[in-house]
Amino acid sequence: MNRNGFLALCFNALFALFMMGPLLVVIGVSFTPTGYLEFPPSAISLRWFKAILDNPDFIDAAWISLELGLASATLSTLLAVPAALAIGRERFRGRDALQALFLSPLTVPTVVLGVAFLRFLSLFDINGTFLGLVLCHAVIVTPFVLRLVLASVTGVDRSIEMAATSLGASHWTVFRRVTLPLILPGVVGGWVLAFITSFDELTVTVFIVNPSTTTLPVRLFSHITQTTDPLIASISTMVILLTVLLMLAVNKLYGLDRLLIGGEAR
Amino acid sequence: MTVSGKATPWFLSAPALTLFAALLVTPLAMTFLLSFNSFSFYGGIENTFGLENYAEVLSDTYFYEIFGRTFLIAFITTAICAVLGLPEAYILFRMKPAWRSFMLLIVLGPLLISVVVRTLGWAILLGNKGVINEFLRDIGLITSPIRMMYTSTGIVVALVHVMIPFMILAVWAALQRQDPATERAAESLGAGPFTIFMRIVLPQAMPGVLSGSLIVFSLSASAFATPAVLGGRRVKVVSTTVYDEFLNTLNWPLGAAIAILLLVSVLTIMIAWNKLVERRYSGVFE
Repeated sequence: MNRNGFLALCFNALFALFMMGPLLVVIGVSFTPTGYLEFPPSAISLRWFKAILDNPDFIDAAWISLELGLASATLSTLLAVPAALAIGRERFRGRDALQALFLSPLTVPTVVLGVAFLRFLSLFDINGTFLGLVLCHAVIVTPFVLRLVLASVTGVDRSIEMAATSLGASHWTVFRRVTLPLILPGVVGGWVLAFITSFDELTVTVFIVNPSTTTLPVRLFSHITQTTDPLIASISTMVILLTVLLMLAVNKLYGLDRLLIGGEAR
Repeated sequence: MTVSGKATPWFLSAPALTLFAALLVTPLAMTFLLSFNSFSFYGGIENTFGLENYAEVLSDTYFYEIFGRTFLIAFITTAICAVLGLPEAYILFRMKPAWRSFMLLIVLGPLLISVVVRTLGWAILLGNKGVINEFLRDIGLITSPIRMMYTSTGIVVALVHVMIPFMILAVWAALQRQDPATERAAESLGAGPFTIFMRIVLPQAMPGVLSGSLIVFSLSASAFATPAVLGGRRVKVVSTTVYDEFLNTLNWPLGAAIAILLLVSVLTIMIAWNKLVERRYSGVFE
């Protein structure tokens, strides 16, 4: 393996600073004892973290985002796993079209999805409901689950399944005892990616929430467009912390690059 | 040997297909129809059928300016991502594995962190009394602040930060497909590092740059949070205009027409780009 030269390492260091800068600034600002944004903070204080507790609006929003992420990631995984099994191992007419349809939420501009969902949900009078949010988020996150599950389905050695079948196992037993354990890393990786995507989703969600179902990103967004204060920074720091913990876990489990490329690398 | 019959794949896909038919195909079709309806301030949406919304958008220089700005921002963002992302991906590719997995976390990790949070970071950095301006004033480089908030430049800087992980991922995937022996062969034949990069690495990384550009461009053209926070009311792009039509002006038919025009133009550019890439690199994608 070649080594990088001095210039390359300088470029790399500057690049890392560029990537980390905005996040470090948010974290730094959140520790200020003052009532305004200052960086670097003149002293370290947890004042604005305590202030989160006095803002039930944000705590409620965080709970809604959490529940929404859990529900939509789980729903989309339940739908995407059988679909990936069909697309990944059967040859049938319409297979390519089906795959293109399931991946299409990645191609359609999110703002277009947002207005389409708004139009649809309001005609059925369920706009702003939690159910509506879960269904729409399930559509948005399905491509992520499908890609990762597809990648692991195509890697499964079918002779193991045939061996199980020839020994008298039923379809369901083969799936539960043989196939599922083999594709589990892809399923779990897909679920986590779906959860994070749903938890952070803004552009679609901003169209389809009402005041009682406002998610954390929407609440943060509407706050930021009016004012930026240390409270918003301390909440953002908590979001960063939560994401980093999830990220480290999934990195150990699956590899971050593989997760994000969609399972094709390595 | 497949035990299952012909109906099995459709049976397995049926639940997902139902969701997508009900909650993706139908809503998009309804939005398309909505864009032909008319709107009056007192009557709301009227169930008529005409092209007046499209005529309004296509005849008003105000909308031309917004579409032009949106695609210019997306284009510049894509170009910068390509120019910075390609060398960074190559540097990562050449790192020792331990360093590399750490650097991958730093470079790709932000992708998973909320865009709203990342944009907040840029708002704190770019403001007139922001971190960058205060720093430049403290070291005596400037006396009055450089305006970066509420400008297209500010939006581009933040969008590059949001989008560049996608470019690095695409180039990274392309580099992993290449055969390391080709680089060693070039080296043993006496090629310097620059020649190796230009003649061996670049051609093999190019498909990654092109597919990364496609992703970055389409995501930048439809980005919402970053231009909404950093552009405010002054620098409007297509997605923030759609948002305003739907949630402030409440002229849904006009908003739907703008959204459909955005969808059509993004898809057209993507298909054209794909055609171009396929023709150029027909041999590279096996």
